[in-house]
Amino acid sequence: MIREIDTAEVTKNIKEMCISVNYQLSDDMKKVFHHAAQTEASPIGRKVLGQLEDNLTIAKEQMIPICQDTGMAVVFLEIGQDVHLTGGSLEDAVNEGVRQGYVEGFLRKSVVSDPIERFNTKDNTPAILHTRIVPGESIRIKVAPKGFGSENMSKVYMLKPADGIEGVKKAILSAVEDAGPNACPPMVVGVGIGGTFEKAALMAKEALTREVGTSAEKQWVKDLEAEMLQKINALGIGPAGLGGTTTALAVNVNTYPTHIAGLPIAVNICCHVNRHIQRVI
Amino acid sequence: MELPITAEKAKKLHIGDFVYLTGEMYVARDAAHKRLMELISEEKELPIDLKDATIYYMGPSPAREGRPIGSAGPTTASRMDKYAPTLLDLGEKAMIGKGKRTSEVLEAVVRNEAVYFAAIGGAGALLSKCITESQIIAYEDLGAEAIRKITVENFPVIVVADCHGGNLYETAPKEYRNL
Repeated sequence: MIREIDTAEVTKNIKEMCISVNYQLSDDMKKVFHHAAQTEASPIGRKVLGQLEDNLTIAKEQMIPICQDTGMAVVFLEIGQDVHLTGGSLEDAVNEGVRQGYVEGFLRKSVVSDPIERFNTKDNTPAILHTRIVPGESIRIKVAPKGFGSENMSKVYMLKPADGIEGVKKAILSAVEDAGPNACPPMVVGVGIGGTFEKAALMAKEALTREVGTSAEKQWVKDLEAEMLQKINALGIGPAGLGGTTTALAVNVNTYPTHIAGLPIAVNICCHVNRHIQRVI
Repeated sequence: MELPITAEKAKKLHIGDFVYLTGEMYVARDAAHKRLMELISEEKELPIDLKDATIYYMGPSPAREGRPIGSAGPTTASRMDKYAPTLLDLGEKAMIGKGKRTSEVLEAVVRNEAVYFAAIGGAGALLSKCITESQIIAYEDLGAEAIRKITVENFPVIVVADCHGGNLYETAPKEYRNL
């Protein structure tokens, strides 16, 4: 059965999601935040986490974006193969949603039209769009605006198969240590292991949209997530990088088959304002 | 502490101090710094007075009606490292941002009896509430990156590099490192 969806529906939802996600952090993030504020060992760290919790309250109640860097809009669409899109180009509809959301929602326009010429596009478009065709007759929309303080500290490593799990651990730890205070800790660390160069990076990005506090399905991945969270917090970087026991709030790892000759790993670091929201239409 | 920060005031500050700033400061990011440096190299007049200036590295979100400014947290200071030593040598006394600086910047802080403060990254809504006035004074075409003059009241910052050579980003994490 083919279901028709007007692309205007996509625009409307993306607009609403861009606004909502920049003013209110999701419940999973608030929960780990609150937990960290109670367990942090450093007095300065506790003070910082307290300010960040106050910041979330002010943002929501007074409609001020949580962070002034309202990000580049990363959009994931999982499109059911029984969906027939009507009403115009899907890509245009996504960008129109971002445009309306960022202009009408008083969000910062942080996108330049060219990496070297650098003219601000003044409406935060284009979005970064990732689409996937899946079974079904609905569309899952995920919006995850990404700030660049932390994006700039992200890394891709092309390890050798012989580097194995120890090489992976070393890579994650070294990316986080290099990021230090620049990435606005406490961070959420998204990791992609396997695939190709670009697949690893995309997995790391999408890992950031997974509910924090949940674990991967495979046992070794689940163990890796737990071990890395503990090790990252033992680095001592702490909230705002001013020392402490809360450097990361979560480590989310995605994996994929890879080539006999390779072990790609990407570490996408996100600040404590890990914005992600999803809807199914 | 009342702005402007002078060398006298900077000398009293030590890493780890929580300071609440009140008064006027400038706001500028990399694109504005780049233009300032071009004017300096051409020996032209600057749109801001650098003597005892405090520069906040920040690009706000748009203000809603009736408010001076939108969300207003610090941006990563290292992107200004290329420019900061020159500005400090020309009179700038305080920088507000987040993250590590190069040794050239830290040496310029010591040499000029200046200070580098961190504001809490990602606390843009909370910091916005401490800004009572904001005015674009140069480079309006840069949008969020224009140079502004803002008035702050009890604006919370932490001394992360002082003129005595202290660097909190180096020393503080060591105390909690447990690998």
